[in-house]
Formats: sequence, structure tokens, C-alpha cells
Amino acid sequence: MEKLIFSQLDENLFHERMDNGLEVYILPKKGFNKTYATFTTKYGSIDNTFKPLGKEEYVQVPDGIAHFLEHKLFEKADGDVFQQFSRQGASANAFTSFTRTAYLFSSTSNVERNLETLIDFVQEPYFTEKTVEKEKGIIGQEINMYDDNPDWRLYFGLIENMYHSHPVKIDIAGTNESIASITKDMLYECYETFYHPSNMLLFVVGPVNPEKIMEQVRENQAQKNYKEMPDIQRKFENETVEVAEKKKILKMNVQTPKCLIGVKAENTEIQGPEMLKQELAVNLVLDVLFGKSSANYTELYNEGLIDDSFSYDYTQEKGFGFAMVGGDTRNPDKLAERLKAKMLEAKDRSVFYEENLNRARKKKIGTFLRAVNSPEYIANQFTRFAFNGMDLFEVVPVLEGMTVQDMKQAASQLIAEERITVCKVLPKK
Amino acid sequence: MSLINVAEKRLEGFKLHIVKTKKFKTNTIVWRMKTPLKKETATLRALLPYVLQSSCRKFPETPALRSYLDDLYGASLHVDVAKKGEYQVISFTLEIANEKFLGQQDPLLKKGMELLANIIMEPLAVNGAFDSSTVEKEKRTLEQRIHSAYDDKMRYSSLRLIEEMCEGEPYAINVNGSLKDIGRISGVNLYEYYLQAFSSDEMDLYVVGDIEEEEVESLSKKLFIFNDRNPERIETSLTENKKEQVVKEEQDVKQGKLNIGCRTHIAYGDPDYAALQVFNGIFGGFSHSKLFLNVREKESLAYYAASRLESHKGIMMIMAGIESDKYNRTVEIIKEQLEEMKQGSFNDEEISQTKLVIENQMLETMDTARGIVDILYHSVIAAKDVTADEWLKAMETVSRNEIIAAAKKIDLDTIYFLTGKEGDQ
Repeated sequence: MEKLIFSQLDENLFHERMDNGLEVYILPKKGFNKTYATFTTKYGSIDNTFKPLGKEEYVQVPDGIAHFLEHKLFEKADGDVFQQFSRQGASANAFTSFTRTAYLFSSTSNVERNLETLIDFVQEPYFTEKTVEKEKGIIGQEINMYDDNPDWRLYFGLIENMYHSHPVKIDIAGTNESIASITKDMLYECYETFYHPSNMLLFVVGPVNPEKIMEQVRENQAQKNYKEMPDIQRKFENETVEVAEKKKILKMNVQTPKCLIGVKAENTEIQGPEMLKQELAVNLVLDVLFGKSSANYTELYNEGLIDDSFSYDYTQEKGFGFAMVGGDTRNPDKLAERLKAKMLEAKDRSVFYEENLNRARKKKIGTFLRAVNSPEYIANQFTRFAFNGMDLFEVVPVLEGMTVQDMKQAASQLIAEERITVCKVLPKK
Repeated sequence: MSLINVAEKRLEGFKLHIVKTKKFKTNTIVWRMKTPLKKETATLRALLPYVLQSSCRKFPETPALRSYLDDLYGASLHVDVAKKGEYQVISFTLEIANEKFLGQQDPLLKKGMELLANIIMEPLAVNGAFDSSTVEKEKRTLEQRIHSAYDDKMRYSSLRLIEEMCEGEPYAINVNGSLKDIGRISGVNLYEYYLQAFSSDEMDLYVVGDIEEEEVESLSKKLFIFNDRNPERIETSLTENKKEQVVKEEQDVKQGKLNIGCRTHIAYGDPDYAALQVFNGIFGGFSHSKLFLNVREKESLAYYAASRLESHKGIMMIMAGIESDKYNRTVEIIKEQLEEMKQGSFNDEEISQTKLVIENQMLETMDTARGIVDILYHSVIAAKDVTADEWLKAMETVSRNEIIAAAKKIDLDTIYFLTGKEGDQ
């Protein structure tokens, strides 16, 4: 077990790689009541074309299957894992993203037992035709719930605009039609391919004794027989740099129009320190351009084009990435036009100075400090970072080393006319 | 040692609550003020904190104020207007880095408290009026906020349930006020209301973090000075009950949203309140509860099926998202489950499981600064001092019979269903 010390933050991180390849991290948090643990596989909605374990040919699986599998893992021959967790005083949950599926619990008592339950339920699948059929009704209602949510539709509408073929454009839960074809055998095939310990990471944060927890995980894993796993073969079609659609309008049962503009990122194959630097630089760029203290925000707010729903965000993973800016607006056409103009203006490099870099940097450092109050943030973000070869605890040092030149370069690389797209939600009547 | 170590002191016009803890890398300052919900003032109140946070005498322009926050290592300033029981509560929350994790000496807590004092005590006002362009901008945003509640159908249906169920009671008043009243607000009458609110509201200041008690107290004394007051309280009626009414509304939605309101006749601080909490946990509060099992897991009718309590108003709300044609079946199951709870058809394991999960939830809430403030604030709303320790102890000793007794007090009041239009599906 190795110990990593972050003295400035007053945190210690313990790490060990198990013999079967599982990466385990433990971050003791003194004074906290709760222990939070996530058990995550590097498998999400985009991994829909791959060579199943032991097979030579690529298969393409139905949309929404990673999320479906997440639901089904909670059901066992003797009932529902939620019940077991709550008998042990824990609350359990799970989520599926584009690139990850995470299972988690939090509890203030019985931590060792809950951890055992977490590891075991994820490593002991139990799928039957009957329970798979039953889940289709539940997930169907989850899909319908998101279909009624205009912000979710707007978000996915924008991603669909950006991508020609990359599976990031597919809704994580799939559709009622696509999940209808899911069978228990397909679930097992996905499970065998992606849930090997060497493709997973366990993170425990809370008032725990790291030696004891590590020993418990070691013993648990030693009892299970995992064969050596070859590298997972995923396939993604080539995606061109320009967006698939420049604009889209969704008519929905709303009173207030919504508008988002997106920029499809290029240079998304990078990982590790290079990716960390790019991601942070783009975040600083967006802060300077659209943060609440920015001239742009003030101007748009004063004109009544945006309100407090306005937000911006940057997402990057291996193989895709995008920036998004927008929110509710009275005049979606005008807002789209203005946001696009602001973006293109920033490409000419005259808007970044030492002063706004320093301010954005200070803001980011303070925000990071606030975030590490949260066990959820630490576990989930650390895992995401690790799957991309990055180190969460490098965020502050990398921010400190950022220069105006870095921001200029990030802006000029991110922004390009042919990679900008717009999605609007408009009232039906 | 108690679960939350709080030092409380009555200062001039408000009460100071200091929670010293080493858990966090930031310090959190929360200013809360409450008064009974009233139609005449709801909209003014919904607007006031947004006008205050956008400028002050020291920072007449919003971008200057926001830049200053960024310079204070991204201090977050957040205002909020919430309904807690039949009170309309305004909160100003400022969270700021603890300088000791930044390796520097800038006294951030002091600067943060000074800024908060600037914002609430020295607003940008001339000749008894707020700056009119600021007021107009924020009126526009408030209008949008009211409209946007319509667009989120889950939120909309729970708002509609309350409107129907509590018609005529203060609890039915929209916490964001009304579109009609926004038009009547000017820089002058809003400023008048500002003076009124700060001279008569019940006000509390919370400071949570790795702080020095004496320093916080002396800063608070110096920075925040108001007149003494005798804040107005409201006696919430727990007895109102309509005979079961059903309200259906058609809209273009894919999923029907079913929201059911019940009267519990039990409020926070009542002797049987802990029993009610355990009841709700067994019935619908968690993913091991009856509603989750029977509506979702057994019959695959819904993705979400849950209940929650509005503790200070004596209301329980049940919600589920379902196919429109599954309305009858779902309502039938929910009624059956409620009836079974009244008959005592739950076992000891469900009781102990639920108590454990409630305790867990409570302890987890204390791991965030805002959670700590929310727990403490319950005592202010109810005007009853119940510590977290006392509360947990009461909950742990709840008996099976007490849960049944609490269940028997519950009356179904209103069923609200937002359903898809026929032929739309």
C-alpha cells in the first residue's frame, strides 16, 4: 500500500493495486460521520461496439444497455440489494454516464459490512429473463420522465447536433424501442467484458482506518477467481471535426424558450497531464468569457437575454468533448447569435489578460477547495480523473502554472465556426 | 459531547449561532430571516434578496461585486427564498475558503462577513428608493423564475397539488409571489419593504467552520446592528381537511405525474413527530419502503414512487410518475399500502431498518455546513428547541404502536394528476 501526502490540503491518500488488477484508493476524512464508497467500471453508454470477451468479432449492443445493466445488478436471487443496504443502515445508489458506471453507498455505521455488500453485489451478477422483462417497465418510465424534461432534451439535442456517428449522441437510457430487445444473455456478455476488476476502481472516503479497509478488500478479492483479462477492444467510427447539424428546434410544452450553443472540441484523444491542462485551460476560458463577473454576462443580463438559469460547462473524455453555454431566454434567436459572436470574438486572442486569468484562477482554486469538502465529489471525480490518466490532486498545481498564453491557445483551439451548433426549445403554441 | 456543537448568543436584533468544526476547508456564513407568508408581501419578499445581492453602496455595479467575490478565492454568494412551514424564509449564504489551506494570510472570513454586512445593511438606495434599473432587471428575472416552474412538470405538479389542497391557507401562497404583483413593485415600495423586513423579521446568523468563536462574535457585534423586535409568529392550522378531492389536469406530457397530499395532523416538535418520521420511512421515504417495493418493484408502474413530509405544516406528499392509463391501479395500490400501515402490517425488521436509515440520513446531513444550518433552523421555525441528540433518541425509542397511532391520524386530502392529452400518446 502506498501513501500519498497532500500537505497543503491536509489530506492523505492510500493506494494499492490488487493482484487481479483492481485499483483501490482510500482517503481518510477525520471528523466526518459518513463513509462514502464508489465501485466504478470504465464502461458507459458510449461503449456499444466491442469484442466480447473470448470472441473475435465486434458486436453492437442495444442503446441503453449499460444503464439497464446497472439497474439489474441490484436484483439477486434472494431479493433486492437496496433492502440489504438499508438493513445495514446505508443508502445505496448507482449511476451510468457516457464512460462510467458507478455503484455506491454511504453510511455512518456498519462500514465494513456495507463495503463487503458493495463489492460482492457488483461482482456477483444474477440476471433472469423474468427480471429483465420486469425492468423494462421501470426504465420505460425513467425514459418518459426525462422526455418530459426540457433541459434534458435540450442538452441531448445539442449533442446530437454535434456528432455524426459517435455514440455519445445516444441517450444514456436508450429508448423504449431499444431496451425492448435487451436479453439476459446480452447483459451477461457486457458484464463479462467490462466488469473485470482490472477495468474497475474502488474509492472509499470517510472516517476509516486505511490499513484495515485495504486488508478487507485484499481478502475479499483473494477469494474470487479472476482470469487474466486481455485489453478490452472497443470500436468507434471515425468522427469528422465539424458538427453534424448547425441548428435544431424542439417544440415542447413550455412557457419559456431555452437556448444552448455548443462547440464540439477537437484534440480529444489526449489523456493524462496533457488532457488535464487542456481541460482546466478551457474551463478558465469559459469563466473569463461567461462567468458572473464577466462583461459578457453583465451585458446579456442587462439586456434581459439571460437570467439565473444561465450556465456554461465543458465536458471532455477520450474521443469526444464539448463546451456548452446558455439557458432560459425570452429571445432565443438573439441569444444564440450573441453567444456565437462572443465565442468567435474570443478566438482573436485579445480578451485574455493577466488580470482576468488571475481572477479566474483564484476562483477555480477556491471552488476546488469547496468541492473537496464533499466525499461524493472526491470519490467520483478522482475516479473520472484516474480513468483518463489524470490526478485530481494536481488540479491546484496545474492551475497555478497556467499562463495567459495557455488560455489564448486553448481558446483558439476550441473555437471554430464549423464546430459551433445551436439547439433551442420553443413553446408549442 | 453533542452531535452539533453550537454556541448561541442573542445580539442586537438577531441571534448568532456559531458551529466550530474542523471538518471543512471553507467557512460558511448564512443569514436567515423569516416572517409569515402573506399574499400582500410574498412578491416583494421574493424579489428583495435578489436586488440586494446585485449591488451595494460599496459595489454599485454587479460585475464589481462579482469580481470581488472571485478575488476572495471564488467565494460563493447565493440567495434563496423558501417556504418553511407557513413562513417565507430569505437566506443569504456566503461560503468562503479557509485561508489556512491556501498557504496565505488574507483574512477571508472577516472580509466575507464584511461583504455580507455591506449587502444587507448598505444597499444601493438614494432618497428612499432602490436603484430602479436594478429593480427592473430583477423583476424580469423573477418573472422568468415563476414561468420556469411551469416548464418542469414534476415541480409543477407538486406546486399544483399544494395550491389545490391548501387553497385559502397561507401555505398555498407561491413562494416566488405572483406575476400580477410584480408589476406593482417599484424602487420606492421595495425599499419601504426592505426597511420593514429588517426591522420586524426574526433573523438568525449562522457561522460554520474552523473559526474562533470570540472573533466571530466580536465581528458580528460590530457589523450587524438592528433594533430589538418581537417577531410575528403564525399558528399553523393542522386540522384543515377537505373530504378526499380529485383534481385532474390535461397537458401535453409523456408521463402522467401523480401527486397525493395527506394531512398528518402532526407537526415538528409534537410528541408523536418521531413516530411520524418512522412511519414515513417505512411507507415511502426510502428505496426499501412500501411504495418503492409495491409500485415500482412489484408492478413496474413507475420509476419514482415515494413520500415525503412537510414537517412544519403537517402534510405528507406522495409522488409517482406513471403511464396515464395506470392511474386507477396506482392510486389503488397507494391507498392499500396506507391502509395496511394503519392496520399495522409491517414487521419489527422494517422498523429497525427504517430507524437505522433515518439515523444515517441525519448524521450524513451533518457532514455539510448547509445541512448543519438546516437542522438547527428547524428549532427556529417551530420555536421549540430540540437538539439533534434529543431528536435521534426520541426516534430510536419509537414503538410499533406509536407508529400505528401516527398512521391512523393521517387523512388523504387531495389527489392531483397531471395527465397526457388523449390521443397524444
